[in-house]
Amino acid sequence: MTNKNSQENYDMLLEVNNLKTYFKTDAGIVKAVDGISFKLGKGETLGIVGESGSGKSVTNLSIMRLIPSPPGKIVDGEVIFEGRDILQLPESALRNIRGNEISMIFQDPMTSLNPFLRISTQMIETIRLHQDISKKDALQKSVDMLKLVGIPAAEERIHNYPHQFSGGMRQRVMIAMALSCEAKILIADEPTTALDVTIQAQILELIQELAKKLDTAVILITHDLGVVAGMCDTVCVMYAGKIVEKAKTEDLYRNPSHPYTYGLIQSVPRLDKAHDGKLYSIEGQPPNVIDLPPCCPFHPRCNKAMDICRNQYPPTKDLGNGHEVACWLFTDEKEQSHE
Amino acid sequence: MSNAIEKKPLLEVMDLKQHFPIESGFIFKRQIGAVRAVDGISFNVNEGETLGIVGESGCGKSTTVRSIAQLYRPTSGSVIFDGVDLVHAPTQQMLDARKNMQMIFQDPYASLDPRMTVRTIIAEPLSIYRKRGMLDESYTPEFIEKRVEELMERVGLNKAFKNRYPHEFSGGQRQRIGIARALALNPKIILADEPVSALDVSIQSQILNLLHDLQKELGLTYLFIAHDLAVIEYISTRVAVMYLGKIMELSRASDLYKNPLHPYTKALLSAAPIPDPEIERKRQRIILTGDVPSPNKERFGCYFYDRCPSRMEKCKSNIPPMKRMDAHHEVACWLYE
Repeated sequence: MTNKNSQENYDMLLEVNNLKTYFKTDAGIVKAVDGISFKLGKGETLGIVGESGSGKSVTNLSIMRLIPSPPGKIVDGEVIFEGRDILQLPESALRNIRGNEISMIFQDPMTSLNPFLRISTQMIETIRLHQDISKKDALQKSVDMLKLVGIPAAEERIHNYPHQFSGGMRQRVMIAMALSCEAKILIADEPTTALDVTIQAQILELIQELAKKLDTAVILITHDLGVVAGMCDTVCVMYAGKIVEKAKTEDLYRNPSHPYTYGLIQSVPRLDKAHDGKLYSIEGQPPNVIDLPPCCPFHPRCNKAMDICRNQYPPTKDLGNGHEVACWLFTDEKEQSHE
Repeated sequence: MSNAIEKKPLLEVMDLKQHFPIESGFIFKRQIGAVRAVDGISFNVNEGETLGIVGESGCGKSTTVRSIAQLYRPTSGSVIFDGVDLVHAPTQQMLDARKNMQMIFQDPYASLDPRMTVRTIIAEPLSIYRKRGMLDESYTPEFIEKRVEELMERVGLNKAFKNRYPHEFSGGQRQRIGIARALALNPKIILADEPVSALDVSIQSQILNLLHDLQKELGLTYLFIAHDLAVIEYISTRVAVMYLGKIMELSRASDLYKNPLHPYTKALLSAAPIPDPEIERKRQRIILTGDVPSPNKERFGCYFYDRCPSRMEKCKSNIPPMKRMDAHHEVACWLYE
């Protein structure tokens, strides 16, 4: 890496180096995450985009060390958070980080709340687990958080059960819980996938606003390129457990370099553009990540595949301004642009 | 797609209502209310066009389609398809007409029987209608076999896979199986209930292209449901925007996006993210407050009243009728009175 200035605007908060998470199955070893590295600065919003099975969620579960083991195992790499490697910490220290320093919002607001407990019980429990305050103060704090995320009549609603809230409201409750301990990093794993567009707009606005207010760094996992465009400073595109491209959001959309990124951006129908005839589409299916041979995993679907793509995984090449791409097209002296 | 101008619409839906009773009591059940999933909608679908229905979850999109297909018995209203009123026709006649109306479902994992091979799945509509005696003599088992192979190739599946089971296929391939099944009876209209929303972006565009090609080749008519506005805009000739069981706006796809009239359509369009950071960050959003209200109670005013940013006194107690703005654009809002 020659050009680091893109990262220097931020104080480094989280650094993931060469993270590898494998799952042992009867069919073979699933390399769900296979050697990925990225950095997250203070107050930065990082997007991780990819299709299902590309390893987005496993990446973030690995950061929190929430991978069920067995069958999963973090086999290599380090996750440096404020100078400490999370992967080496004892379980007790880890509990202190989870929820307190790094917290998470999950995709499905229906399943991430306990249906048997009142919202108040669940929120107070979360807060008191991490902070040494009385029940009364914790309740007050919960009400404040619910107000902050825009739940009307928070004093009364807090005593309701999850089923009394709608999907969007439940996701707001989750955000309130995640932010109630003033976490430094918020990991949002497809926070709006289960929601409607109008509610999605509300929730994204809310995350953005709160992140700014509380100076929280956000890792946003999504498959929606539109959401990334509006929210993120930096984007990592994942494919088959690897980061194939990483760039500032503007650079990525203006100049998508990896054929997969290019195809992905092109294949989304656009509201604001006139269309005629066919959509661009990437042929074929995402690969099975079991026992993947050492090759570019995208080569069977790539329209620019060369011989070398079938035999060797491409190294990551820096194109300047923090724009990194893992593709053989950019490693030769012939710098082909693909138009 | 849009040049198919036919005098008589292929499908005419008139004041369709679908209410589901809410019951109380253990032994002696009595009805204490109704979920008004679809509450009086009317539209036409012309031959060769695609009518897109867009709306949030719970707005009655899927119920509309299922009522049209007579999978539910509509509470009132009529569905005239190909000259036959499906709601009031005798069962035999309804079944015969419905042969020309097939569905594609949202979830490619739930809509295929895991114990059936691909061949049986695709041939099922044929064998059902054969048993009913509604197919002509030429549909012999050998012919059906050939038809299955032909369909598989048409939707981009290798015909060598016909003895495999659904779990051996990926989501996109399963959706292709579902499409092949829908095409088996050579239908005139396909009711597609969110056919691409469970799929990944790269697979989604493959399926959209396939549907597009099939329409051109076979002269199909689509009634296409989606919650993704960009997808609807891409595939549709005309678009109906639904909210709480009512159609709010009905217009040609291009007009709707250029010139949305209803406040709900405007909000919906402004909430849809656009995959371009420069445009996306400059956009002014209309953020609606609150959630979609419950469809359980009867409404006497505009259905969108609770969340409307430009509501007026009049909207509270008067239901706005569909008003025709020009040849292709209708809107149900008092702002345009």
